[in-house]
Amino acid sequence: MHAAKHTLSPSLPAEPRLAGDLAIWIFILAELLAFGLFFAAYAFARAHDPALFAPEQEALNRNAGAINTALLLTASYFVVRAVHAAEAGRGRQGARWLLAALGCAGGFVVIKLAEYVAAFNAGISLSSSTFHMFYLSLTFFHFMHVLLGMVILGALWLNARRGRYGPRDMNGIESGAAYWHMVDLVWLVLFPLVYVIR
Amino acid sequence: MKYQSQAVALPYFVAAIGLFVGQILFGLVMGLQYVVGDFLFPEIPFNVARMVHTNLLIVWLLFGFMGAAYYLVPEESETELYCPRLALALFWVFLAAGALTILGYLLVDYATLAKYTGNDVLATMGREFLEQPLLTKIGIVVVALAFLFNITMTVLKGRKTSITVVLLLGLWGLAIFFLFSFYNPTNLVLDKFYWWWVVHLWVEGVWELIMAALLAFVLIKVTGVDREVIDKWLYVIIALALVTGIIGTGHHYYWIGAPGYWQWWGSIFSALEPIPFFAMTVFAFNMVNRRRREHPNKAAVLWALGTGVMAFLGAGVWGFLHTLAPVNYYTHGSQITAAHGHMAFYGAYVMVVITIISYAMPILRGRACNSRKAQVLEMWSFWLMTIAMVFITLFLTAAGILQVWLQRISDSPMPFMAVQGQVSLFYWLREISGVIFLIGLIAYLVSFFVKDGDKPATT
Ligand code: HEM
Ligand code: HEM
Ligand SMILES: [Fe+2]
Repeated sequence: MHAAKHTLSPSLPAEPRLAGDLAIWIFILAELLAFGLFFAAYAFARAHDPALFAPEQEALNRNAGAINTALLLTASYFVVRAVHAAEAGRGRQGARWLLAALGCAGGFVVIKLAEYVAAFNAGISLSSSTFHMFYLSLTFFHFMHVLLGMVILGALWLNARRGRYGPRDMNGIESGAAYWHMVDLVWLVLFPLVYVIR
Repeated sequence: MKYQSQAVALPYFVAAIGLFVGQILFGLVMGLQYVVGDFLFPEIPFNVARMVHTNLLIVWLLFGFMGAAYYLVPEESETELYCPRLALALFWVFLAAGALTILGYLLVDYATLAKYTGNDVLATMGREFLEQPLLTKIGIVVVALAFLFNITMTVLKGRKTSITVVLLLGLWGLAIFFLFSFYNPTNLVLDKFYWWWVVHLWVEGVWELIMAALLAFVLIKVTGVDREVIDKWLYVIIALALVTGIIGTGHHYYWIGAPGYWQWWGSIFSALEPIPFFAMTVFAFNMVNRRRREHPNKAAVLWALGTGVMAFLGAGVWGFLHTLAPVNYYTHGSQITAAHGHMAFYGAYVMVVITIISYAMPILRGRACNSRKAQVLEMWSFWLMTIAMVFITLFLTAAGILQVWLQRISDSPMPFMAVQGQVSLFYWLREISGVIFLIGLIAYLVSFFVKDGDKPATT
């Protein structure tokens, strides 16, 4: 029984500890695998036809992408602050950091939506070209993850306000934070790959 | 048996096993028709046998799922079934509807059957797996809804566990996606598109939830491992199944006239579909390794572990084999598809239903487990059926590779029927494996009647 407890709720103090729940890490790994495959497919398709990809890539709004990168990074920073606050027993203060992270994530969503509107107005669709297919699929798949990440941050915020997290109960906030960092990390690959590298 | 009303599961399990026998007999008929073309012609044409084989499969698996739910839900919810008499009445309705439908297939020609069952009112027939007459389809929906009502009410009035939640999600999903069998647009692309919402989203979506729940239930019972541990696995597995399986439907949209991006989406997401199946295998072995008790029902443990392994092989490995668009371009609709279909259905759904039957049946018959002798015979049947299925799969895969090569890749492609002649040796071998499968199945049946020479194997 102890062995069983150990793997799935690894909160025994003595040994090196995995931050967050093993279950969320399995899920994160699966997500990274999905994005990884998608990125590999993109790289493969692009290598086949760089001439098609270049001009359409050029047409993307790199400023919007850069601002969004900054927003996600900032959100990640705030999440880290929230975790530290909880660890130091100042869980309620952590709630404010989480709210700030949510604000950044909301900014990302607004900018991304504006980009989509511009794209659709320009006649870009999943079928208009292979590059557009990848651009829309990859960013939208990531976009959905940002939304899910926001739901998770929102739940953390509610719990933190109720003073649930502290040095004794870090599992929830660490698991949620790990998920958010995954969302950020994926964007850090996506942005250069799709918007920048030519 | 902890709750009196769990007993309604018994007739469901008996019917499931009975129809299973029928399914295999028709499989053997078809297997022979593959090599002796006019066998039983004109009494049982191949297309009719095929319909009976596949529909019996689906129907007996549904009997199995329903029986499993009636057995499992009261025990998990710690309360009697909401209405046992409804469950019993539905059993007879479903059995009668099933029997009439099969008789209809066998005795009346299909067009006539269609005419007399309202197909001109709403045309839903004539599509693989969904051949049932309109009346039968409506019957299925009515039975499913009444069944879900009964089960849901039981869950609502009792304890809620992750197993019952996941099971209910799966069963409701099963019923909801079946509704797409009533949608039959004249546009052939749309027809196929939504046809897969039944077929694919069943086996690679909601049925996986049912399977995970049944497996988790049996594993808790036979290993005594903490519920908390199993709960987490369960949620991870269903999240993975849904994330990969829903968009994974795209692996059927490559060549039917759907937009081209499905080739990318389908390839990428379905390539990840083996992960939840792999997780289930790891889960099953993990639980058994951590067991805190030695359950006397060894046969049930064997079936549970076998489900994990065979589902991963059949669905995960054999599915992955042909799921990427550039590969599927060549293998689409070949014997490789049939190889995969057989091992996946057997490894995942046939085996999980037998797992729960193996665990529950002795209890329903008033003992913790069967006698040692009966269990040994049951384990023999496990190995005979499973190994026979592995060989059926391997022979069909060999036939499929040759077929694809001769018919679609080589410089001088041969016509379909000429190729079938070339690979007939493999069809003979498949038929022989099928006979061994039947022997295994007979051994399984006999294991229910082995008299306790020694006392039940207790520990
Ligand atoms: C237990 C789960 C599964 C079952 C019962 C199952 C069963 C089947 C069946 C019966 C067919 C044939 C459908 C037809 O009549 O055309 C089929 C097709 C197919 N399956 Fe599965 N399957 C499962 C899981 C998977 C998985 C996980 C993958 C991918 C990794 C996969 C990939 C495919 C593909 C690509 C086809 C289409 C083959 C073709 O183009 O002809 N399946 N499956
Ligand atoms: C539990 C065991 C079995 C299961 C789960 C099963 C399942 C299936 C399924 C899902 C299909 C449709 C395949 C597709 O659309 O690609 C099918 C077709 C078929 N099965 Fe089985 N089957 C089983 C046993 C057998 C046996 C023992 C035989 C005979 C040796 C057999 C012979 C056939 C044949 C000949 C077809 C038609 C393939 C075609 O259309 O070319 N099956 N079975
Ligand atoms: Fe599929």
